[in-house]
Amino acid sequence: MQELFPYLLNGVSVGGQYALIAIGYTLVYGILRLINFAHGDVFMVAGLVMVYATTAMPMYLALPLVIAATVVLGFVIERAAYKPLRTAPRMSLMISAIGVSYLIQNLAFYITGGVPQPVTTPIPWISDDILVLGASTKRVTIVTPILTIALVVLLVYLIQKTKIGMAMRAAARDFETAQLMGVKINSVISMTFVIGSFLAAVGALLYFTNYPSVAITSGAMPGLKAFVAAVFGGIGSIPGAVVGAFVIGLCEEVIKGLGYTTFSDAFTFALLIVVLCVKPTGLFGEKVTDKV
Amino acid sequence: MLKIQDLRVSYGGIHALRGIDLEVPDGKIVTLIGANGAGKSTTLRTITGLVKAEGGSIQWNGEELLGKSIDKIVSAGIAMSPEGRRVFADLTVLENLRIGAYLRRDKDGIAKDLKRVYELFPRLEERSWQLAGTLSGGEQQMLAVGRALMSRPKLMMLDEPSLGLAPLVVQDIFSIIREINRQGMTVLLIEQNANMALKIADLAYVLETGRITMSGTGAELLADEKVKEAYLGKHR
Repeated sequence: MQELFPYLLNGVSVGGQYALIAIGYTLVYGILRLINFAHGDVFMVAGLVMVYATTAMPMYLALPLVIAATVVLGFVIERAAYKPLRTAPRMSLMISAIGVSYLIQNLAFYITGGVPQPVTTPIPWISDDILVLGASTKRVTIVTPILTIALVVLLVYLIQKTKIGMAMRAAARDFETAQLMGVKINSVISMTFVIGSFLAAVGALLYFTNYPSVAITSGAMPGLKAFVAAVFGGIGSIPGAVVGAFVIGLCEEVIKGLGYTTFSDAFTFALLIVVLCVKPTGLFGEKVTDKV
Repeated sequence: MLKIQDLRVSYGGIHALRGIDLEVPDGKIVTLIGANGAGKSTTLRTITGLVKAEGGSIQWNGEELLGKSIDKIVSAGIAMSPEGRRVFADLTVLENLRIGAYLRRDKDGIAKDLKRVYELFPRLEERSWQLAGTLSGGEQQMLAVGRALMSRPKLMMLDEPSLGLAPLVVQDIFSIIREINRQGMTVLLIEQNANMALKIADLAYVLETGRITMSGTGAELLADEKVKEAYLGKHR
């Protein structure tokens, strides 16, 4: 147990990072029934912007800029690549998402020259080394799950208790009738992309500050894992995505702690296959009801 | 007053409406009867802005509605209870009513209208915290009407409110439509149940494959032999 503790600690932190990305997948799926394949790349762009911004300007400017830039990117992706396909078959939307993913990676390749960009100025304070019950780690390990839970609580409040949240829930259920109530469907959809990108940006800050460099493929693995977490929890469900993310983060790290590091990724994807075979709706997933 | 002129609508080459003219005077109940696929729902959906028209005009108190966004049309005072009720199943009854007032900012007015809806439908007040999906068909229809009322419309459009409901419940719904009309609401009603609809209608139109083929007062059409034969199930 004593040897596993640092891994558990890490697992909770990794879980928090996955959760912040997974919510973006699940929110967008909930309203558009779209797996937004570009979401992992949005996460990567947030990392790149962080690298450039933190070296070019003071932290108090750089961090808000990272978040703002990521949010704008999410918004623009939806308006440019998904909105024109509102009445198209869902497959077209998915292909468009895959296209956006490659477009972003190639643009990033063009800008970085394909060279991983080193994180030279990690975010201070949260990058300090600390001791937790005898285990040495960075402060970000503790901050991540706490911040994640706080943001999730805020998000759930927004969705359950506010007017825009009510409109989001209504639109997720029935586009047309929501419009009949006067809900501006495009604003609601933009809102989900803004929220998803915001959380991904926060996740990227916490993730990459602890990481040696950001490469153009850096978003792929966390993005995929978060996607698995969203499916495992039941895609469309926010609590599901969060629980799924923490379970996967913890399992991966425990597997590493037991000495099977090679298999930690394999575990996650095996889990995806098992979930899809045994319980495709995931832990908290709604029954699949296709919108008419 | 709603005035429709030469309204034409096509879906992918199929002419759903081939130029219809229709008037809904203030304070009246107007009904549109016709068989399945005659274009009744299309007419209502075009008025709300859900369906784009090919040509013609829809004037609402002198203002052209064609080309306006759905939320602008709702703000202008037109509400609809859609076919199949379409309540938001995983929102509570209260939330369903609140979302009906989505575009309104006057808190006091909303509270007043909520009280009014609860007076019309006491059952909804008893169930205000229940998820709308757990209501019976009749209750869901009441909720759909209540939800439409919450936008404080001047024109209420009802698409097949009797669909799939037990006869007694249908009577309830129709007496409430009458009551709402008595309180000053203009009503545009679509019904397969032509008998019930013509009985409460001041004016009625018969729609056949995208054209208006007959119009008159409710009583006139109710007495008309051709209408009797085609829509009221009475044989010669």
